[in-house]
Amino acid sequence: MKKMKSIYLLAIMSLLLVFAAACGNKSDEGKPAGGGSKEKVSGSIVVSGSSAMQPLVAAAAEQFMEENPEADIQVQAGGSGTGLSQVSEGAVQIGNSDVFAEEKEGIPADQLKDHKIAVVGMTAAVNPEVGIKDISKEDLIKVFTGKVKNWKELGGKDQKIALINRPDSSGTRATFVKYGLDGQTPADGAATEDSSNTVKKLIKETPGAIGYLAFSYFNDDSVTPLSIDGVEPKDENVQNGKFPIWAYEHSYTKGEPKDLTKAFLEYMQSKEIQDKLVPDQGYIGESKMKVERNAEGKISEK
Amino acid sequence: MDNINGSSARDRLLKRSNKLAVNMERRGKFLVLFSALIIISATIAITIFLGSKGLQSFIQNGVNVIDFLTSTNWNPTGSAESGGPTYGAVPFILGSFAVTFLAALIAAPLGIGSAIFMTEIAPSWGRRILQPVIELLVGIPSVVYGFIGLSVLVPFIRNHFGGNGFSLLAGMIVLSIMILPTVTSIATDAMSSLPKGLRESSYAIGATRWQTIWRVLIPAASPTLLTAIVLGMARAFGEALAVQMVIGNVRGIPNSLFDPAATLTTIITLNMGHTTFGSVDNNVLWSLALILLAMSFVFIIIIRYLSSRRQF
Repeated sequence: MKKMKSIYLLAIMSLLLVFAAACGNKSDEGKPAGGGSKEKVSGSIVVSGSSAMQPLVAAAAEQFMEENPEADIQVQAGGSGTGLSQVSEGAVQIGNSDVFAEEKEGIPADQLKDHKIAVVGMTAAVNPEVGIKDISKEDLIKVFTGKVKNWKELGGKDQKIALINRPDSSGTRATFVKYGLDGQTPADGAATEDSSNTVKKLIKETPGAIGYLAFSYFNDDSVTPLSIDGVEPKDENVQNGKFPIWAYEHSYTKGEPKDLTKAFLEYMQSKEIQDKLVPDQGYIGESKMKVERNAEGKISEK
Repeated sequence: MDNINGSSARDRLLKRSNKLAVNMERRGKFLVLFSALIIISATIAITIFLGSKGLQSFIQNGVNVIDFLTSTNWNPTGSAESGGPTYGAVPFILGSFAVTFLAALIAAPLGIGSAIFMTEIAPSWGRRILQPVIELLVGIPSVVYGFIGLSVLVPFIRNHFGGNGFSLLAGMIVLSIMILPTVTSIATDAMSSLPKGLRESSYAIGATRWQTIWRVLIPAASPTLLTAIVLGMARAFGEALAVQMVIGNVRGIPNSLFDPAATLTTIITLNMGHTTFGSVDNNVLWSLALILLAMSFVFIIIIRYLSSRRQF
């Protein structure tokens, strides 16, 4: 009996050891295989950062690895802050972020090179029972700063407003506050949740709830996305600059990318990915934008 | 010749086995010492690291320590016009203490009650049923507790008590179930390690079972029972995931049990990934972690004090 136990223990321990070894982080920069052929890339890189971007990058990496079996790309999530920190320390080759590196404190933005991969639109979303589909920016600010407390004041149902926020440091929140609320700090409200999926679930379940989500989460009728000042939250309106709340999805590299990193970033910006995978995943291709925005938030024609 | 040979062989054997024994002795000692050293150095390293990281926000970033510990205003993204970012951790410190004490308030009577049931009332079948149930509770990961809380408890509170469901009450219920096994198992040990003589002499002078339990056994075991509660509280204080899913994580101070709140741990886990290493926003999270560490030291001191008062 005792012997059996120790055998089991040994088996479990060795399994764990194998697992731990398999988890080891290989992050040697890829080297081009052989001399001339540029098509074949090999090596392994690690991508980390924004959880909003992770599904897109992971899907692209999968396709890329299918075409280049020699390449190994690991995509981790962990938040924009983590991505930026890790790429500037050289711990990963690509750091994904929802915000400009210039906007994050403690990041040597001048050492990082920005590759804009996609654009994501965001808007306020309400519980369908609220009965509102359009809101003026002024009212939106009033709702989020707690000046309006009941939906009937805005012509909706007699329901108390329940605000659902993202954490202070979240990129989605930063974007929404900056372009949706003109920089006004949202009131505390009902709950603060870490993931957009939870926010969506809560809006759906809580009467009178309002939160903010990226367009990609509006794939069913469970929550009602709001038009702002009569402009519908649609990809076209973001592309032509009519809809104000959107952000770039950035991929940062430390200095100029090379080898596999470069090949992968070029692949992400290629027509193939921008036309197919990016819209499929609910983002807007960076190449489709008719306007552009710099780190200070200034918008200009492209 | 034979004799000499035999004795020398015996000597040789004896000597060898002696040497072997000494070797094994040394090896064993080394192995144990090594493990102890690793654990001690890990603890010291964590303390030093947390200490230096946690103090950075005060020393390097100029966050006011007194404001940090006394202000109720937490707004790391405050714009320059509204007075800049403010870091007041009071709501989270209060939130942590509130859920911890409330959870202990539920778990302590339940845990000690079931311990008494197992040891005094129904030592045979009660123990056979309760023990596995409690061991099962230990094995459930905290994310599962949180998920059940989010999908069952939160809507229940929303529909029956009003509010949004995310509340101190939800956090306290989830935590109390999580710390119940800790409290119960230590309390059971405490009760069953009481000397038989106590019980017998109490019955001998004519006390009923309940009188024996209430007047003799519980007072006798009280230091260990309190240790059980404090250990449970220490666990509740540090729990992050399950609480984060049900408590709402807002930075206001709750006015009632049905208001949402936040704890030190939930603010750390919510913001850690989004902030950049070395920024003020990140450093203040380390300061919150330092408070957590300090609190766990306080819990350990309380436990040491209690165990020095143990009689049995």
